[in-house]
Amino acid sequence: MILLILILILITGGFLAWITGRRNSLVSRIISLLALIVDFTIVMILLVRTGNGEEKEWLVEFSAVWIKKFGIGMHLAADGLSLLMLVLTFSIGMLSVLISWKEIQSNTAFFHFNILWILAGITGVFLSVDLFLFYFFWEVMLIPMYFLIGIWGHENRIYASYKFFIFTQASGLLMFLSILGLYLVHGNNTGVYTFEYSQLIGTDLSPVVEILFMAGFLAAFLVKLPAFPFHNWLPDAHTEAPTAGSLILASLMLKTGAYGIIRFAIPLFPDASRAFAPIGMILGVTGILYGAKLAFAQTDFKRLVAYTSVSHMGFILLGAYAFNEIAYQGVVMQIIAHGISTGALFIIVGQLYERLHTRDLSRMGGLWEKVPALGAMGLIFSMASLGLPGLGNFVAEFLTLTGTFKASALFGVLASLGLIASTLYSLRILQKVFYGKSINDHRLKDLSFREAFVLGVMVIAIVLTGLFPQGVIEKARPSFGRIKTETEKSVNTASMENEMPIVYLNDHHPLLKTDQ
Amino acid sequence: MKILIALIPALPLFGFLVTAIFGRWLPRKVVSLTAVGSVTASAVITIITGIIFLSPSFPADYVTSTIYTWLRTSDLSATISFYLDPLSLVFCFVITFVGALIHLYSVEFMAEDDGFSRFFSYMNLFVGSMLLLVLADNLLLLYLGWEGVGLCSYLLIGFWYRVPEFGYSARKAFIVTRIGDTAMILGLILLFVSFGTLNIRNLMHLASVDWESGSFLPVVASILLLAGALGKSAQLPLQTWLPDAMAGPSPVSALIHAATMVTAGVYLITRTHVLFTLAPVVMAAVAITGALTLLISGFSALAQVDLKRVLAYSTISQIGYMFLAMGIGAWSAAVFHFMIHAFFKALLFLSGGAVIHLLNDEHNIFKMGGLRKSMPVVFITFLCGAASLSALPLITAGFYSKDQILWFGWSSSLSSHLLWIAGITGALLTSLYTFRLVFIAFYGEMKIRPLHRPGKLIAVPIIILAVLSLIGGFIEMPENMGPVHLFTTLFTKTLPAVKINGPGNSELLFQIISAVISTGGVYIAYLLFYKGSHIVSFFRAGKINKFFLEGWGFDKLYNFMFVRPVVWLSEIDRKDFVDLIYKTTALGTEYFNQLLSKTQNGKLRWYVLFLTAGVVIIITLMITL
Repeated sequence: MILLILILILITGGFLAWITGRRNSLVSRIISLLALIVDFTIVMILLVRTGNGEEKEWLVEFSAVWIKKFGIGMHLAADGLSLLMLVLTFSIGMLSVLISWKEIQSNTAFFHFNILWILAGITGVFLSVDLFLFYFFWEVMLIPMYFLIGIWGHENRIYASYKFFIFTQASGLLMFLSILGLYLVHGNNTGVYTFEYSQLIGTDLSPVVEILFMAGFLAAFLVKLPAFPFHNWLPDAHTEAPTAGSLILASLMLKTGAYGIIRFAIPLFPDASRAFAPIGMILGVTGILYGAKLAFAQTDFKRLVAYTSVSHMGFILLGAYAFNEIAYQGVVMQIIAHGISTGALFIIVGQLYERLHTRDLSRMGGLWEKVPALGAMGLIFSMASLGLPGLGNFVAEFLTLTGTFKASALFGVLASLGLIASTLYSLRILQKVFYGKSINDHRLKDLSFREAFVLGVMVIAIVLTGLFPQGVIEKARPSFGRIKTETEKSVNTASMENEMPIVYLNDHHPLLKTDQ
Repeated sequence: MKILIALIPALPLFGFLVTAIFGRWLPRKVVSLTAVGSVTASAVITIITGIIFLSPSFPADYVTSTIYTWLRTSDLSATISFYLDPLSLVFCFVITFVGALIHLYSVEFMAEDDGFSRFFSYMNLFVGSMLLLVLADNLLLLYLGWEGVGLCSYLLIGFWYRVPEFGYSARKAFIVTRIGDTAMILGLILLFVSFGTLNIRNLMHLASVDWESGSFLPVVASILLLAGALGKSAQLPLQTWLPDAMAGPSPVSALIHAATMVTAGVYLITRTHVLFTLAPVVMAAVAITGALTLLISGFSALAQVDLKRVLAYSTISQIGYMFLAMGIGAWSAAVFHFMIHAFFKALLFLSGGAVIHLLNDEHNIFKMGGLRKSMPVVFITFLCGAASLSALPLITAGFYSKDQILWFGWSSSLSSHLLWIAGITGALLTSLYTFRLVFIAFYGEMKIRPLHRPGKLIAVPIIILAVLSLIGGFIEMPENMGPVHLFTTLFTKTLPAVKINGPGNSELLFQIISAVISTGGVYIAYLLFYKGSHIVSFFRAGKINKFFLEGWGFDKLYNFMFVRPVVWLSEIDRKDFVDLIYKTTALGTEYFNQLLSKTQNGKLRWYVLFLTAGVVIIITLMITL
């Protein structure tokens, strides 16, 4: 029940913010913030009280019949992975309300309605274990985001919002076809027509059909992630969206694609995923390098950051198809760390835009002396972006690289080139924006308390994930246990791990003397 | 004891946090007190730890101190834990002790700068990261320190961020070293995948048991680690960043060249020497790299006009000696030279920095001259450093450390006489370029007056370092001179001894040769640059001088091979060609839309025409099928 309440709070909060906020925009801001704080608190309590629950399948569950005739259930369930995703969702949600406090001045009530509804959709996506319900929420997050970009965006917002909508809608439909196909095949096989995740897993599919169905799911997830070559909606959507929109897009919406791959695409279609793995890894590596290359070439600060997302998401794709726990932990860390670091970079872009009214890198430079605190923030998050140890992104990239290397040394080596590429674009950001001679003599205000608070929280978060990632790792581990057992039959037949002539030992090897 | 070890890196890192977060609001006195105090306290703790650790009653050969588990998943596990043995102890001592002196010096040097607290926070982070690096008990933590050092070098080289060229140098340093670092992390992953642990001790133990000497994996793993070391230690072919690293304030150069950063590579290779000995090919590569680097940069140093660039090339060259020593298995000799080098190079940079500072930022040595009279303290200390760098016999520390390397270069079973010839040529070059600098800048007629005298905070650190540059060598004497072998004894359990190629070689003969060579170099420099000779002016105009001045054209080569292709690559396809697919789809759809909408033109005869055509086609189809 509590899971349903999480979503209902956001939905009703959205309506309330819309209705009450028409007269006074402050009310809608406060209502949105309150709704998110309540949700955040609930999830934190759940997270702490559930422990790591190795033996239970789901830590929290809610199940009700929705449309009985078609076997559609209102089935929400959370394990460690989904709870972590929810923590990210609600904290990014709070931050996005906070950063819009001054930026959004028109139509504030409707703006907050959209924000809360997007978040409700995302929450639903992270919680649904009924495929119909999953698709429903997948669509719920789409439409308000379309409004968000189209109404509050920058100059070229209409084009961007169309592009975003068509890409995600078209790919979503392909997924829906696959869901229906899977539903029918399962029904045919067993006589039980249901959209229930746990029942659909292990459906007997002929290899061709399995690949087709998987392709439908992957269409939606790879576009959302986005993977090369489906990434083209992202730079436009990110660049044109208001700051809160970019933040939610980068930190949360992309992650629904990653979540979809590890929660649905791989467990539902284990053999097809095996077959797809090399392609997935090629797309991942291409994304890492090509995204970084494009990021390095951009002259628009926001577009640059958008392309870094393409690069970082390549690591997620790579890790997802490495099929080992280390890589999966890397994926989860990357989801969280990228959410924080890239989100923060978008916030910084937004704050600079509020001051300079431009995103053009050639019109910035030497800003450190004017806004040193903002500069320090830029420094920290650029470093996070290039994977500096001690910050969360490093843990993610290291785990992903190690996992990938275990699966295939070649892809591990290729992906590591991304570390050099990320250095190039991150240092370029710092040089173009904060260092060098200052171009104009305008006096600029440094961070206000609200802005400093938002970024300060994110700094703490990125340092904590970098130095104390163990909590996240422990929480996420059981979820991979499940994925692993579900793909186990394939794991055993896989030859990937045997490619390298290497003896595996662990710390308890008799040859090792214990320390101290 | 365990708490003490943890405090060594923790204190400078604490200082970093305080100065970074509150530095803007704190008065300068508090900032400098925190920054200098934290590093000094760390030095004191290092010394105390050292005394306890080295006392005969101490029960263990090494101490580990675990703080917490950093990350653990599946079979991967990394802890934040420190490992103290004689090797890390020596490095800690040099880092904190020299680091503290540099910090003290900086208080006066940077007094006028508006980025005072920023400077000290970066410096503290630099020292802290370097300490993490040398104290790490696993490779992942070592890598954390490693990258932290890289970051700080970037921040400090580009400290005066308003000058775009400095920013360029800073980025160059970061990117070049990052290339090595990426190879290194691959090596780290390879080691982990092979042995399932990141703990250095365990790794080395397992490698020696499981891996055959000269087989594929140890060679690959050690090449990857070596690449990391080459980047950080500015050895061929990744040396190009160091001469440009002069852009930072002089204390930064002292810190980079002496106490931190460039010695990281030496530390890494020494720490993983078991792995390297399993790969004789790579060992040879280390030695040859060292020999080539010391020659190439020695020649380059000879042609420089910027005081700090002379010193920078000399650093590359001296680190080359350490690589040479490691390559021939003379591990403790490499570490000994590292320590002595830290003393005299920090000294040279600090007193050289004082010269530049007092001459209102004049870098060109040909615009100096006669400084020996106008700044005597700086002159005498600089002379001590120069003598030690040139390894003048008996009275300087540099003699003892360099002579050891040269001797092993001849006598080690892993060495070849060619390496010794490279080393001895390098020794001649060293004293030549060092005293070229001394004669040109400090002798001759006075061309420029210093602004004022150096203050106490500048004078005291350089005097201490000058003393150490002279007497520091007495702790380790050659076999035939005295029974003092403190350094080698320290490492008996940590590092293997050199295998000597049978007796019969007289160490004395080689000492005399190197003594003659180094003093001879000074004499030649005296003839050429003090007395003046037309060879010099002839040489200076020549092309070869330009070639040396530009560091053997490596920058041009890399520009051509890497920088321009990357820039070219980023400039083409800025708009992302993949987008064309979607744009074309959109345009195509629109085109067909317009095409079709043209058929709806409201003209009845058109409709009738199409209708009839359709009927005809359908009927034909029905008949034919």
